[in-house]
Amino acid sequence: MTESNSEYAPVNRSKFKKIDMGKLGSHVQSPSAEELPSCISVNDLNLYYGAAHALKNVNMTLPRQRVTAFIGPSGCGKSSLLRCFNRMNDLVDGCVIKGSITLEGADIYHRSVDVADLRRRVGMVFQKPNPFPKSIYENVAYGLRIQGINKKRILDESVEKSLQSAALWDEVKDRLHDSALGLSGGQQQRLVIARTVAVEPEVLLLDEPASALDPISTLKIEELINDLKDRYTIIIVTHNMQQAARVSDFTAFMYMGKMIEFDTADNIFTNPAEKQTEDYITGRYG
Amino acid sequence: MSTFKKFFESGTPWIWINAGAVAISVIMTVGLLLLLAFNGLSHFWPKDIMFANYSQPVTEGEPLRREVVGERVDREHVSAERIISSGIPVSDSTPLYERELIKIGNRDLNGSDFTWLLTDYLSDISYPNNLTTFERREWGNFYGYVQEVKEAGSTVAQSDPADPNDTRAWEALEQRIERALSIHEQIEDLEKDEIGEVNYALERLRLQRRGLELRGTATPENLAEINAEEASWEANYEVLQSRLADLYAQIDRDTVVMTAMNDEVTEISVSEIVRAFQPNGMHIGNKLVVYGQKLWEFLSDDPREANTEGGIFPAIFGTVTMVLLMSIFVTPFGVVAAVYLREYARQGFITRTIRIAVNNLAGVPSIVYGVFGLGFFIYFLGSEVDQAFYPEALPAPTFGTPGMLWASLTLALLTVPVVIVSTEEGLARIPRSLREGSLALGATKFETLWRVVLPMASPAMMTGLILAVARAAGEVAPLMLVGVVKLAPALPVNANYPYFHLDQKFMHLGFHIYDVGFQSPNVEAARPLVFATALLLVVVIALLNQLAVSIRNRLREKYKQLDM
Repeated sequence: MTESNSEYAPVNRSKFKKIDMGKLGSHVQSPSAEELPSCISVNDLNLYYGAAHALKNVNMTLPRQRVTAFIGPSGCGKSSLLRCFNRMNDLVDGCVIKGSITLEGADIYHRSVDVADLRRRVGMVFQKPNPFPKSIYENVAYGLRIQGINKKRILDESVEKSLQSAALWDEVKDRLHDSALGLSGGQQQRLVIARTVAVEPEVLLLDEPASALDPISTLKIEELINDLKDRYTIIIVTHNMQQAARVSDFTAFMYMGKMIEFDTADNIFTNPAEKQTEDYITGRYG
Repeated sequence: MSTFKKFFESGTPWIWINAGAVAISVIMTVGLLLLLAFNGLSHFWPKDIMFANYSQPVTEGEPLRREVVGERVDREHVSAERIISSGIPVSDSTPLYERELIKIGNRDLNGSDFTWLLTDYLSDISYPNNLTTFERREWGNFYGYVQEVKEAGSTVAQSDPADPNDTRAWEALEQRIERALSIHEQIEDLEKDEIGEVNYALERLRLQRRGLELRGTATPENLAEINAEEASWEANYEVLQSRLADLYAQIDRDTVVMTAMNDEVTEISVSEIVRAFQPNGMHIGNKLVVYGQKLWEFLSDDPREANTEGGIFPAIFGTVTMVLLMSIFVTPFGVVAAVYLREYARQGFITRTIRIAVNNLAGVPSIVYGVFGLGFFIYFLGSEVDQAFYPEALPAPTFGTPGMLWASLTLALLTVPVVIVSTEEGLARIPRSLREGSLALGATKFETLWRVVLPMASPAMMTGLILAVARAAGEVAPLMLVGVVKLAPALPVNANYPYFHLDQKFMHLGFHIYDVGFQSPNVEAARPLVFATALLLVVVIALLNQLAVSIRNRLREKYKQLDM
């Protein structure tokens, strides 16, 4: 996984502050993650890629319908952890997972779990926009077609609704049947979000969704995350700390495969408990 | 020294070497095509007929004097020594003599179509307008003067061969040739279609009866049914036969009396003539018309005279059908194998070994595939198929003998490595992110393959198919063992039920080149046809490839990817 993002710095932060400072303020007395109803809980998770020990004894409880951000330096295991939640790591040869992850109380690594079904419930958006080389319409309808839904009326409705939730409808409604590859990078990423939302998942995993985008598109994606968090449990991986501060309710800091600190975003960014966290967010290493 | 080094490091020599290599390839390809086109296409041009006197010295006595009538085909220089050793006493003071190849035709009179003459001894060369070329169904071309046209033995028109402007007999002849040609067409239709259908039906009934006997259900009722049907076909056949006899009587009504060179007079039945023209008097427009007719005949007609005359349509049809069938076999087979190797099989020592084996398979000499096809497909599979499904035809084999099906399967086997390799490359190039995108939406591996990966890899499959077609269409050696024959005018796809006769043997352009060029009794006459056939084979391969390329380009346009 490449995590280079040095060109990211010149984001127009003042613009975001207007939106987000109020939100940050509203969480000042927010309850901790344990007090909220939990969606995903991770117990003693260890992950090995062959001989490499990528995740070490991770324990955490992710609250429902909140935005949780994973931050940390490159190679700290945040993407690996994210990819455990929809079992994307199953595709990696030599990947061994120990410990358990439960989604709404049920172990997702249990033998009886249908992986395809799990991935329908836990949607994922990747770092680089990856629309299929099909029309915009077919991209959004893909997940439904996989489920065997081919009725035009249902598909039309779902496509419109999903594109609206991804704030893309107005831009593409006149060219739904054009190729998705003709969209800009930011539009493609929102299309991918629409495609993921179309199958109505419970959890949205966002793996550095804005790192390949320009600042304006990044802004739109962040606004979108704010809109979506009422309906979905959102987990976002980013190594842009400003972004984590702007969009997340809870933030986890990871380092060398370990979960160093997991708390509300306010606490992490204003009053971190761990020295390592403080060093990282103040830019002393990473 | 340093300037040389600088020049070398600037990269300029490399550009020259690269450009030179490209230029040589282009020149060779274009040159080959031009050679084929010139030699092949000029064959159909109605050439002028020369009239000349030839007097050649002999060792003793009077010089040999005779008339020569024919087309001037070729000329070359030979040394005096060689001419003397062949028995012609020429002076050896001139080292080189020019000699000319003259197509004198009239094989029934002269014994051969061509003769070499020394140019120095030709005199009184002229091109009289009333010299006539006949293209005949047998015995090749005839060159001579039209002297007399007869209808049922009695003269209807007469001309004086010495007078080039006397066209009375020629005009009478032209109409009669047209009439004979239309009757000939009727005869051909009758023989090929209607009588062919009757024969086919009778054979089917014979097999049915034999089948009943074999199964032990040859009850009188069943047999009576077959006999009744047979009787009705037989009656049909009688009617057709009498119509045929009638047509044959009509077509033989007219004859033409011709004067050939050296005042030889011969009588030819008009029914023998395919085309007649007087090239010396024709202007360019008429010549073009005849040229077009001859070219069309070449493309659309059956061969005549041991393939040295007439057309090559069955060979074109056979080649194209075989290549298409081969494509139908090879594409799914190769794609499925590649998908397994790349997507499902565990990558390791065994898959690596298989991959190496597949690559090496592409290098096995094609004749080996021919032998394998003969041994496995024909002798083993074919005879099993015959025992199981066509017992009534035995001991005559149906599929246990070389044929279209086995030839295309053999070529499919020959070309499957190419399809596997390029499909695998195509699959490997599909970005991982797209597969993950599909899987993350809840698609299974198969759904991802079917809906995203395979469509995107389809241009690569087409690339494999293009290479396969290019290889298969030009392949001859294995086909000689598994289904190609010298002459098979019955097409493998025709109007008789069940329409596809994949057990039939077929003709092939590549084999046709070999056969006409090297197995023909009349090499000189056949040589231009070899060029023309080679050109046509190149054109057919190019067209088949172009078809595949255009499909691939459409697929590419459809599935073009952003990030590769």
